[in-house]
Amino acid sequence: MGAEGKKNGLTDDIKLSCRNVWKVYGDNPDQFFTNRQGDIGDQASHARSIRETDHIVAAADVSFDVHVGEIFVIMGLSGSGKSTIVRCLSRLVEPTAGEIILDGEDLLKASDTELIDIRRHKMGMVFQSFGLLPHLNVIDNIAFPLKLQGIGEAERRERAERVIDLVGLQGRESSFPRQLSGGQQQRVGIARSLAVGPELWFLDEPFSALDPLIRRQMQDEFLRIQQMLHKSIVFITHDFLEALRIADRMAIMRDGAVVQIGRPVDLIMNPADDYVRDFTQDVPWERILTAADIAEPTTGSIEGMGRISGDTSVEALLPYMASHEAGVVVESGDGSVLGVATAHGVVSALASGVIEQATVQE
Amino acid sequence: MPFTLDRRLFHWFGVIAVTLISLAVQDDVTWLKTYPEALVIPLSEWLNIFMNWTVEVFGWFFRGIAWLLEWPVKGVQWILHTLPWSVTIFLSCVVAYAASGWRLMAFTFAATIYMVVFGYWDESMNSVSLVAISVPMAITVGFAFGVWGFYSDRAERIIMPSLDLLQTVPAFAYLLPILLLFGFGTTVGLIASLLYSFPPMVRNTIVGLRGVSVEVVESGLMSGATPTQLFWQVRVPTASKQILLGVNQATMASLSMVIVASIIGGTADIGWEVLSTMRKAQFGESILAGIVIALIAMILDRVTAGLAVRNDDYDPEARTLIQRHRYWVIAGVGAVVIFLLAQVISILNDWPRGMEINPARGMNDALTYVIVNFREEIETIKKIAFFFIMLPTKIGLQNAVSPYTWGFELTLVHTVGYTMLMIAAAGWATLRWGKEIGIAVLLVAIFAYFGLTNMPWPALVLLCTVGGWKLGGPGLGVGTFLGLMFLVITGVWPQAILSVYVCGIAVVISFLFGTSVGIWAAHNDRVSAFVRPINDTLQTMPLFVILIPFVMIFKIGEFTALLAIIAYAFVPAIRYAEHGLRNLPGDVLEAATAMGCTTRQLLWQVKMPLALPVMMLGLNQTIMYGIAMLVIAALVGTNGLGQRVYIGLGDGDFGIGIIAGLGMAIIAMIADRMTQAWSKKRQEALGISA
Ligand SMILES: Nc1ncnc2c1ncn2[C@@H]1O[C@H](COP(=O)(O)OP(=O)(O)OP(=O)(O)O)[C@@H](O)[C@H]1O
Ligand SMILES: [Mg+2]
Repeated sequence: MGAEGKKNGLTDDIKLSCRNVWKVYGDNPDQFFTNRQGDIGDQASHARSIRETDHIVAAADVSFDVHVGEIFVIMGLSGSGKSTIVRCLSRLVEPTAGEIILDGEDLLKASDTELIDIRRHKMGMVFQSFGLLPHLNVIDNIAFPLKLQGIGEAERRERAERVIDLVGLQGRESSFPRQLSGGQQQRVGIARSLAVGPELWFLDEPFSALDPLIRRQMQDEFLRIQQMLHKSIVFITHDFLEALRIADRMAIMRDGAVVQIGRPVDLIMNPADDYVRDFTQDVPWERILTAADIAEPTTGSIEGMGRISGDTSVEALLPYMASHEAGVVVESGDGSVLGVATAHGVVSALASGVIEQATVQE
Repeated sequence: MPFTLDRRLFHWFGVIAVTLISLAVQDDVTWLKTYPEALVIPLSEWLNIFMNWTVEVFGWFFRGIAWLLEWPVKGVQWILHTLPWSVTIFLSCVVAYAASGWRLMAFTFAATIYMVVFGYWDESMNSVSLVAISVPMAITVGFAFGVWGFYSDRAERIIMPSLDLLQTVPAFAYLLPILLLFGFGTTVGLIASLLYSFPPMVRNTIVGLRGVSVEVVESGLMSGATPTQLFWQVRVPTASKQILLGVNQATMASLSMVIVASIIGGTADIGWEVLSTMRKAQFGESILAGIVIALIAMILDRVTAGLAVRNDDYDPEARTLIQRHRYWVIAGVGAVVIFLLAQVISILNDWPRGMEINPARGMNDALTYVIVNFREEIETIKKIAFFFIMLPTKIGLQNAVSPYTWGFELTLVHTVGYTMLMIAAAGWATLRWGKEIGIAVLLVAIFAYFGLTNMPWPALVLLCTVGGWKLGGPGLGVGTFLGLMFLVITGVWPQAILSVYVCGIAVVISFLFGTSVGIWAAHNDRVSAFVRPINDTLQTMPLFVILIPFVMIFKIGEFTALLAIIAYAFVPAIRYAEHGLRNLPGDVLEAATAMGCTTRQLLWQVKMPLALPVMMLGLNQTIMYGIAMLVIAALVGTNGLGQRVYIGLGDGDFGIGIIAGLGMAIIAMIADRMTQAWSKKRQEALGISA
């Protein structure tokens, strides 16, 4: 699909690739794999047989790519393995099997010192409960990664000040974490993870601990920062609306396995199963779907019909369609015709998300 | 159907049956009464042989260590004696200010001036220098073990029980082996204090490091920390509050052991001052010196606690070197200035003897006046306690009731009446509170009639074993059995019973009294505010000092020991009762109030049952405190294990002392595990966690 995530200057270069990654907890997880090979034919039955032996399968055959400049969101219920998988990506947790390729190199082969180096320069991570150091004030917390690298005090301050401005914490430099609100603490967490200028940014439910209003505000801030910095991002959430707002593409996980990967709209329009449908159920469709999403190929003549741009939301189109049965012609940015949006198209788009169908007497 | 037989209660009836039968036949079957001498294992002799061998073979090694350790102590002593007192006081005040602020500084100033003016400066400095060397060592050793235990589960499994043992074996029992191995001298106090004070450091280090949240560690890792950086810059600073709490506890333990160790004598420190004057019945002097110990304890406690909670808030204005290190600068400059002044003004260097205040004589006179004029009252109090509480518990109503004590002869009528009354009471208790309570009433009635010391040992061992098993499962049952059998076969059972007798009475009284005060304090802020500083003071006070006022008035004897134990052991009962009642779930109380509970119903039917598990932990602590004090109280007259420990020390008999010490540790551990298990059971039943 041509429109796929062109928002943030996304290119097709792959930043990070996760291939057949497994993580099994238990006494002897290695027994289930030969040579740490994660590419096992039938993922579901293998996971089932592992679970029968009192081992916990936290991630089962997870594969996806993160493109340069892309926001890749991982969603799933609690315990579905989201945190496990991003910890595998940053090697805070050692995967039991599979491969992780960062910039074309196998991350799992990196030695301890190489890994420290990668974390010091290429990766940043934000945590759900912030993970701030209680004995350091805001500026020292933010400069902490720089201090570990042995960078001198003056440069440390200067670079920390720059990210402090970025996250809007000016004036709170000398406060300690316990003196800050949750939202402010997470700004510190974000600033700290950005201080080293990483290319790859992991965020594990960064806004879940915040109340809804602050959360929304932080999402806006986050998008603003991303507009400026164009990082490659893996973002975890269990809030579908949050995912909708920020995701270029997203993966839905269940019981350690990926159920579906795609753009948010793809998941809404073509959910792989009821589990995915459950997530998308409460979504305000008319606001998410655009005219382009529901456009059907033209069959007859489009002479004399109204024209509309593809990124118009369906919600805004509804009044027009109510009075124009034939529908409206949908154009892309350059004026070419994408198709026709009709009331029928709206209804069938809506129908794809219905879980409990009424039985109709015929 | 309260009287239908419940299968779960069978073993209790078994216990009662065994008790009664063995009581009935023990005059004929003498091994029930006293464990046969011939079967006693001569463990203490073996231990002595082993000790002698060790001293002979490795003595040079230990004495070498002692010699090495003596130097830093001597060094610090030399410094503290050479420095003018005014400089030392000034530096203490700066530290107090840095740790906690003006108020502590004022207190420190007043307290140290007291030491100078009352003429205890040199003795105080001798004690402080031991603490000053032992605390850093304890912290280093404790921290190292803590880190090891944190990283290695296997190490922790060895370390933790050893700590338990080190902390429950009474302090006196350490002294002799140390004395034998390291030889006479200041090192004994140092090493004893080291052994006693590093365990809390280990515990707090482990707890602190464990408590660092996963996300903090992960954020450290993601910041690119090397393992060393992760440890020193992430884990340790994050755990620092807990670790500093360990420093505080280690300091207090160290001081209290330094004081206890002065019993060996020859150290010219403040503990010795108290002890020797107490022995000479110079109570004014011993009280004055005792106050010094209490003051040192309070200063050390507040300073180390202050450091633990200090928020050293970052001051962005304090950019210059001097501003950032202002305390060091003030301390350095001030010390030099005062030192120079002291060279000119000699009073700042040496407080003249003639200017010392010594109210001891007046105090002694006042005390004599009180004792002479209130002799009747004092004697009456003693007599009542002795005839109606202590004697019946010890030898039973059967023997204690006589015309001389209770005013009448115990006849068959009385006995039958007592039996009927108690059975009725047990029945009533069963109806009212359940079968367990009914059985408890029966057991108490039997004990009260025959007396604790007359109970056949197999019956008591059986009772405790069944109790342990019921409360904490088979493991605790077996552990209890083995522990008690150790007491039996090493031949210290009779002494153990005497200890349990004194300590038991003290614990019951402390618990009842303390809990009542705690309940009151929980409902009245004014009472709470009044009690808190008293509790704090009693808890930081080295045990020795608590003895003084009681010996002064009631002289040496079991009753004095009892009072001293109570004075120390009721503190945790107050604390836990108040804490338990003040931290109940608010919604439950609201619901009960909404249902129309009266205040009294609310207390007895809602609050008390909910707070019970926490109060049980208070009982646990009361017992631990009681046992700790028991050994010290042996100095003023008890006959149990504490006295044996003391005798072992006096006679240089390692075996006797250490077995008695282990015996006390065993009793303490059994009591600890049982009350913990009970509290946990209640908590689970209520579905709450403390
Ligand atoms: N160290 C561990 N040992 C054993 N099991 C673990 C461990 N860490 C995670 N698990 C298990 O792995 C599974 C996935 O956990 P994970 O934390 O990745 O879930 P999640 O999707 O992040 O959930 P949440 O939304 O609650 O954060 C869970 O069943 C969890 O119990
Ligand atoms: Mg998670």
